[in-house]
Amino acid sequence: METIFTPYQSLGGGALIGLATIFLMWTLGRIMGATGVLAGFLYPSSMSDWSWRALLLLGMLASPLLYQTVMGEFPPIQVPIGKSMLIIGGLIVGVGVTLGGGCTSGHGICGIARLSPRSIVATITFMIFTAITVYIIRHIIGA
Amino acid sequence: MKFISAFITGIIFGIGILMSGMANPAKVINFFDVAGTWDPSLGFVMGGGLVVAFIGYRYILKLPNPLFNLKFQLPTKKSLDINLIGGSALFGIGWGISGFCPGGALPAVGTLNADVLTFCAALVVGIYATKITQNMLRKKTNLN
Repeated sequence: METIFTPYQSLGGGALIGLATIFLMWTLGRIMGATGVLAGFLYPSSMSDWSWRALLLLGMLASPLLYQTVMGEFPPIQVPIGKSMLIIGGLIVGVGVTLGGGCTSGHGICGIARLSPRSIVATITFMIFTAITVYIIRHIIGA
Repeated sequence: MKFISAFITGIIFGIGILMSGMANPAKVINFFDVAGTWDPSLGFVMGGGLVVAFIGYRYILKLPNPLFNLKFQLPTKKSLDINLIGGSALFGIGWGISGFCPGGALPAVGTLNADVLTFCAALVVGIYATKITQNMLRKKTNLN
């Protein structure tokens, strides 16, 4: 499935992700990692630690409506695989990010921006494994 | 103010994700498919995010404390252990299979797209099951 190269939207979107990252650190002193926010919401350590996560997730939930109001439509979501693979992928991602303590946002943006060695190692590791997985699925299995 | 800040963070992050293409699995997978239908867009997402976060953190982390909290809560772990590397490898495999990562999928939940909801349900089960297992193992170790 071909997709259109979108350097400006992607750069602008990335800058907004960076802005959200520094805004959360500036106001609450927290790392803007999707895994950390969600895991602490699902498995809270205390009530006061739960509420800000719930509000942040609510903001994420509201974002497509805002996007739609400005752009006139939802962003494209093209899924080239079936439901069963989505479930397998989702389970593996859930286990992986919890063990690894972060994902693309927590390790890839926040951690690297702090020059954390753990995050640099984590990001290199998942990028390599994602590339290998995509190569195997697309070019060896040929799906 | 704490809650309003968290809500605004979610909105900015969500719009950024939706605009960038991170919520579109076909685009994510194409970023990694250099040997096939390569789409380098996601490199620009990471580039844009990192430049802003890197410069912003330099200033913010010099402040005595955040605006609405007593102190900055930064990760303290330093070790490059098997959980970090094994977990990240697993995450990469799952990301390559599905094209969704947690930060990419969560802001798309509001579109009520069935594929996004399916992935997120599995993601929640995966995170929750791992948390429970980790906690049980920790208790066991503490008893011994």
